[in-house]
Amino acid sequence: MTSAMPDAEVLDATLHAALRTGGDFAEVFVEDRRACRAGFDDGRIEELVSGRSRGAGIRVRAGASVGFAHTTALSPAGLREAARVAAAAARAGGVQQPGRPLSRQDAPAPNDVTAAPDTVAKARKVDLLCTAEEAARAEGSAIFQVACNYGDSRRRILVANSDGLMSADEQVKTFFSVSVDAAGDAGKQNGRETLGHTVGFELFDTVDVADLARTAARRALRKLEAVPAPSGTMPVVIGPGGGGVLFHEACGHGLEADHIHKDVSVFAGRIGEQVANPMVTLIDDGTMSGEWGCYAIDDEGRPAQRNVLIADGVLEDYMWDRLRADREGRDASSGNGRRQSYQHLPMVRMTNTYIGNGDSDPGDIVADTPHGVYVAHLGGGQVNTATGDFVFGMTEAYLIEDGRLTAPIREGNLIGNGPDVLMLIDALGNDFAMGSPGMCGKDGQGVPVGDGTPTLRVQRLTVGGTAA
Amino acid sequence: MHDDDLTGETLAALGERVVAQARSGEQIEVVAVRSVETDVRAWQGEVESFASATADGVGIRVVIDRRQGFAHAGSHDEEVVAETLQEARDNAAFGSPDEFLGVAVPDGVTAPDLDLWCPELAAVAPETKIDLALELERAVLAGDRRISSVESADYADSLSLGAVVTTSGIRSIERSSGCHLSVFSIAAEGKDTQTGFGFSVGRSLDALDVQQAATDATERAVRLLGARKPATMRTTVVFDPWVTAQFLGLVGATLSGEGAVTNRSLFAGRLGEPVTSSLLSLTDDPTDPAAFGAGLCDGEGLATRRNELITAGVLQRFLHNSYTGRRLGAASTGSAVRGYSSVPGVGAMALVPTPGDRNAADLVGGIADGVLVQEVSGLHSGVNLVSGDFSTGAEGLRIRDGELAEPIREFTVASTLQRMLLDVVAVGSDLTWLPMTAAGVTLVVADVTVSGE
Repeated sequence: MTSAMPDAEVLDATLHAALRTGGDFAEVFVEDRRACRAGFDDGRIEELVSGRSRGAGIRVRAGASVGFAHTTALSPAGLREAARVAAAAARAGGVQQPGRPLSRQDAPAPNDVTAAPDTVAKARKVDLLCTAEEAARAEGSAIFQVACNYGDSRRRILVANSDGLMSADEQVKTFFSVSVDAAGDAGKQNGRETLGHTVGFELFDTVDVADLARTAARRALRKLEAVPAPSGTMPVVIGPGGGGVLFHEACGHGLEADHIHKDVSVFAGRIGEQVANPMVTLIDDGTMSGEWGCYAIDDEGRPAQRNVLIADGVLEDYMWDRLRADREGRDASSGNGRRQSYQHLPMVRMTNTYIGNGDSDPGDIVADTPHGVYVAHLGGGQVNTATGDFVFGMTEAYLIEDGRLTAPIREGNLIGNGPDVLMLIDALGNDFAMGSPGMCGKDGQGVPVGDGTPTLRVQRLTVGGTAA
Repeated sequence: MHDDDLTGETLAALGERVVAQARSGEQIEVVAVRSVETDVRAWQGEVESFASATADGVGIRVVIDRRQGFAHAGSHDEEVVAETLQEARDNAAFGSPDEFLGVAVPDGVTAPDLDLWCPELAAVAPETKIDLALELERAVLAGDRRISSVESADYADSLSLGAVVTTSGIRSIERSSGCHLSVFSIAAEGKDTQTGFGFSVGRSLDALDVQQAATDATERAVRLLGARKPATMRTTVVFDPWVTAQFLGLVGATLSGEGAVTNRSLFAGRLGEPVTSSLLSLTDDPTDPAAFGAGLCDGEGLATRRNELITAGVLQRFLHNSYTGRRLGAASTGSAVRGYSSVPGVGAMALVPTPGDRNAADLVGGIADGVLVQEVSGLHSGVNLVSGDFSTGAEGLRIRDGELAEPIREFTVASTLQRMLLDVVAVGSDLTWLPMTAAGVTLVVADVTVSGE
């Protein structure tokens, strides 16, 4: 398959066709994605999988309406036809709008990629799986299954629009995960560890997959002794890295401008207000070098930015895509317009969302908590932005008794309300770490996101266990 | 490729061209798909977005020397397909040898006689689709004065075509159409805001019910107004059909032959034993045309069939594809599930519980103190299918003295899957097909922990 991207002349003609029947704005998004993944499970390498997708999505905006079409035909004729369909869908009526001539505006990459995945022999990728599975198995005879997954992708994008913008980016990501199952007297338990960065195969120069495997194995083995999680409302301490998921759900989604625009966020109309404990400063940063949610440009061609959302507990700003920024009369988006693929419309999405260091010693935070739960590792979460109610899962957690971590507890969800929880954060450690790579789902689209926090404590959260 | 072909023959022909290139000792399976979709979203009386597109895909699996490789691409271009075959062959060299690997072999089972195809959908004018979305939004707003807004009102349809062709002689073609309406509503009273949703699903436009979707969305949001966090308690919970269907989806996942092979399933090694309350019987039946997941063939091209999984509490069988079946000395149950971008997995397509003889109101009437759950959140983060630990965010209504009472929110419902299945004390008569892999029914589960204040 050819790898050539359409040139400026073809893009210009496509935009011209898209605005032929009127419309205020047109955009062509071209994507060429190659991916490779391999899994090891049940004692064997299952298979190596290669994937390729390539196509263009064309968006035409006419007043309040957006028309969208996508195609795999990147020829001038194929793109012209998709432009015609998108224009018809936008139902623009009127005369041809002149577009501005295209000028190339690329943004600096957040980091270099020194070992592009398609230059690395497949055998080396498969070897990583064998190394990890061996290391996990060696942790104990109670382990009965080990599943490891390797994945890499190279995503080349090109965006051109009727404002004259033309910008390109190449996003390389590498991923590795280990899931370990162990069996004991009280049943089976599972431990996981994942790693993902926006870098190439050089990731494994500094990371030993055997360490990831041992972490996952120890999580599973420790949980064999786990007691049922408590139920009811109590203080919850979240370990370094883990708390990012809490902010992602408790307020991140509620600060996306599409939810604000439709007034389906508990944070609508609250700019300038104290929304969190003054120790909280929340940042979304698409420029964080090598992190899972970083890029040079977003999927609307806008350079990634570092955006301060909450400063010292005060709500500063929301996150924006092109559409919402235009409607609010802002000069530009905040670089948060993202989409799963060329087959999807962009919308407002987070990148890497984090809270910086506080000044408490993490050990003191636990010692100052007479009774509660310590969450060392979190699973995913979910939020209803209109009510602010959110859940997130704990995959490794312990009881806190008399200021000390005691028994491991079984898995479960925690539930809280975003605006309440932000005010109830009463301790922030000085041990910042990024959390596990996540796939954030919204309206049927998944995009890679990162998050991070130091150790933190929430005065009261509802722990969804079964013990009294 | 003929762009206007809606018979699926060109997909099968593509598969045949690839399969014809098989070398000596090489097994090949090609899955080729095409979908034609429209999505309309209405907001505040206008079309917020209108998207229409055709998408293609091809996946090629190669098994040689007992090793498996796979590759996929989002195009039917001849050059791309050739590259994909080459990649799949190349990848096969890296898999571990396994004597049970291989494409499916025809097993003589005849595909059910189902009509899942309504090509007229493709000819419906865009204006008609737009009108449905706009009408849905209006109907929700008109439903109750406390409905403050509609977050989104959507119409969507799709025509899906797929073919599976193998070196073992399988050549299956599947066509299905579907359309749906969905709406998310917001109710507000004073400072309180609650949300609801409604939908309607069909294979053709005349099956859609705008009013039903609107009424559901209105009622679900309005009845939660004033909801408070409940006290923590151990009690009886009633899952409404929407929640039960999601719960059964998890149960179905534990009955996959993959879990039986790897010993990860909660029920591995327990065939013939009681695993749930004797009130529960569960069948996977993709041959039922009423099921959203109905289909003629599975992901390996074998005919779908009706599989009894649990009968009066006793585990009857696991679901299998060709691989897990061979591993365990059982036949495929026609339960291979996949997209074009992955090798066949195993899964339920149309789980249906055998309904009981009492309706939801009757069942609630018999509960002195309990909780009706109308929505759950975080099933993906709070349920572990290896340990069986079950914990989900929930909202719903209290049940007091056999009546639905005050609304409650921001609580969790927790137990283990194993216990909940044993603790089922009633199955409702209100069987409802929903747009997922399971049908719903009102389900009553005793002795569950509700965690709140």
